[in-house]
Amino acid sequence: MGQNGYAIETFDLTKKFGGIVAVRKLNLKIEYGEIFGLLGPNGAGKTTTISMLCTIVNPTSGTAMVNGYDIVKEPHEVRKSIGIVFQDPSIDDRLTGRENLEFHAMLYGVPKEVRERRIADVLRLVELEDRANSIMYTYSGGMRRRLEIARGLLHYPKVLFLDEPTLGLDPQTREHIWEYIEELSRREHITIVLTTHYMEEAEKLCDRVAIIDYGQIKVLNTPDSLKNSLEGDVIKIRTSNPGLLTAQLSEKVLILKSQETNGLLSITTKNGETVIPKIVEIAYNAGANVESVVLQKPTLNDVFLYYTGREIRAAEAEHHLAPMAAVRRRRIK
Amino acid sequence: MSELLGIYSIWLREVKRYIRERSRLVSSLITPLLWLVIFGVGLGSGLGRFGTTTSFYGYRYQIFIFPGIIGQTLLFTAIWLGISLIWDREFGFLKEILVAPISRTSIILGKAMGGATSAFLQGLLLLPFSFVVGVELTPISFLVCLPIMFLIALGLVTIGLSLAARIESLEGFNLIMSFVIMPMFFLSGALFPIDTLPQWLRIFTYLDPLTYGVDALRFILLVNAYIFPLYVDFSVLIGFTVSIILIAAREFNIKK
Repeated sequence: MGQNGYAIETFDLTKKFGGIVAVRKLNLKIEYGEIFGLLGPNGAGKTTTISMLCTIVNPTSGTAMVNGYDIVKEPHEVRKSIGIVFQDPSIDDRLTGRENLEFHAMLYGVPKEVRERRIADVLRLVELEDRANSIMYTYSGGMRRRLEIARGLLHYPKVLFLDEPTLGLDPQTREHIWEYIEELSRREHITIVLTTHYMEEAEKLCDRVAIIDYGQIKVLNTPDSLKNSLEGDVIKIRTSNPGLLTAQLSEKVLILKSQETNGLLSITTKNGETVIPKIVEIAYNAGANVESVVLQKPTLNDVFLYYTGREIRAAEAEHHLAPMAAVRRRRIK
Repeated sequence: MSELLGIYSIWLREVKRYIRERSRLVSSLITPLLWLVIFGVGLGSGLGRFGTTTSFYGYRYQIFIFPGIIGQTLLFTAIWLGISLIWDREFGFLKEILVAPISRTSIILGKAMGGATSAFLQGLLLLPFSFVVGVELTPISFLVCLPIMFLIALGLVTIGLSLAARIESLEGFNLIMSFVIMPMFFLSGALFPIDTLPQWLRIFTYLDPLTYGVDALRFILLVNAYIFPLYVDFSVLIGFTVSIILIAAREFNIKK
């Protein structure tokens, strides 16, 4: 369908699993050519949303248009329009890299005449030409990920979904993949929707991000606007008595918001530089021991904290281990 | 057209995976050979010692079970290949297929044809041993064997696929061995004639689709040792295969 309209538009998109509402009346518009980030803690509904947009899961109510096609009524057309790189590996590790790509190209009906050229193109893009004929189980984690991204591009999707594209990868590989994604968006004008819990990833790549929690959008804007919207600096204080200090502070200094996690007090305020001496003085007078004070200009992580009320790292920590364990199990076999 | 290409790609992947594992191809030959050489000779000569007849429809026991052992190889290989769908799910590969623009029915057809081809090749490797055992294999009987073997394999793979669509975890494997594969093997008449069985047991053998496969193979390879005419075997096999494919496709089309 045409480029007029949105790459993705959802209409009260809702998914319930039994009594639990995973996604609640989601309304979202994503422009063609945009890199859009879905951020949220584990269980916020990111992957469920993507699964519905990819037609793997049917919505309980509401619907969405992807590339102009209805995900409920025209799943076949939707599938032709999209590419997806899943969070967990989805490659046949008994086949070679090239065979995996050939398989994918045939599955998507890429004509024989152009198949070989496109495979060569995407292999070059992810710099795996020299390993194309090796069996997948000889690939490292980063190489597999790159091959999966290459595979997602093989049929020229209008919309590419990347579910945690750099989860568990080393910093160099991550940097590398970011470059690919940026280049892709620039050169091929592909709409990219990614989920991530790496804030720097969202900050670096995304034109706009939506922070979702409990299946709802908490806020949606460009990373810069989101950071500016916090209207203030964050001061992080490690103290022996956060409760006492919070009570004292709230009477004497301007506090826009305060939050405490494991003895680490986060205070959102204005002009942080001038507030710090006051805090130290108040703490001294109150008899609360201050171990450290850090001033932070707002980052996307703070935005996240502000809107979801929890640190994304803490929320994701255990979740992080599950896919790694799965990969390990696979290796052993 | 693109559906056909999709089915072909899934078929190709299955066959490539199977052929690539040479060690499995060879080691899967060992079990049937043990049955033929040790069990076949052992039971055959044991029967003679007690004065019972050693002739099964006019053949030595070892020759009598040869078509049955081919059936057994098809059974074990095909059902496991069907169940391999669980592995595809476990290792994430199934998702890659499920988001592709191809119908669920085509996916099942591709998997079924691919698994059937692999199991068929495994069965084919056994045919040369007919000369060792003493079965007279003519060019004609060889050629007629092929479609029958493929048909048997196709139905059996699809049994595995429809089971895999329902089984959530790898733990169900032992259950399938005990409740599906072994009963199907023993009831098929691979190891003994079924027309002299007590009636209560004979009814169960008639319910086993493999019975008709083994009977057809015996008809072709041994000429005299059959129960049903070939067209009956063939019709039952076709009817069964079509129904189980429909069942598996329906099972697979249910979206959560």
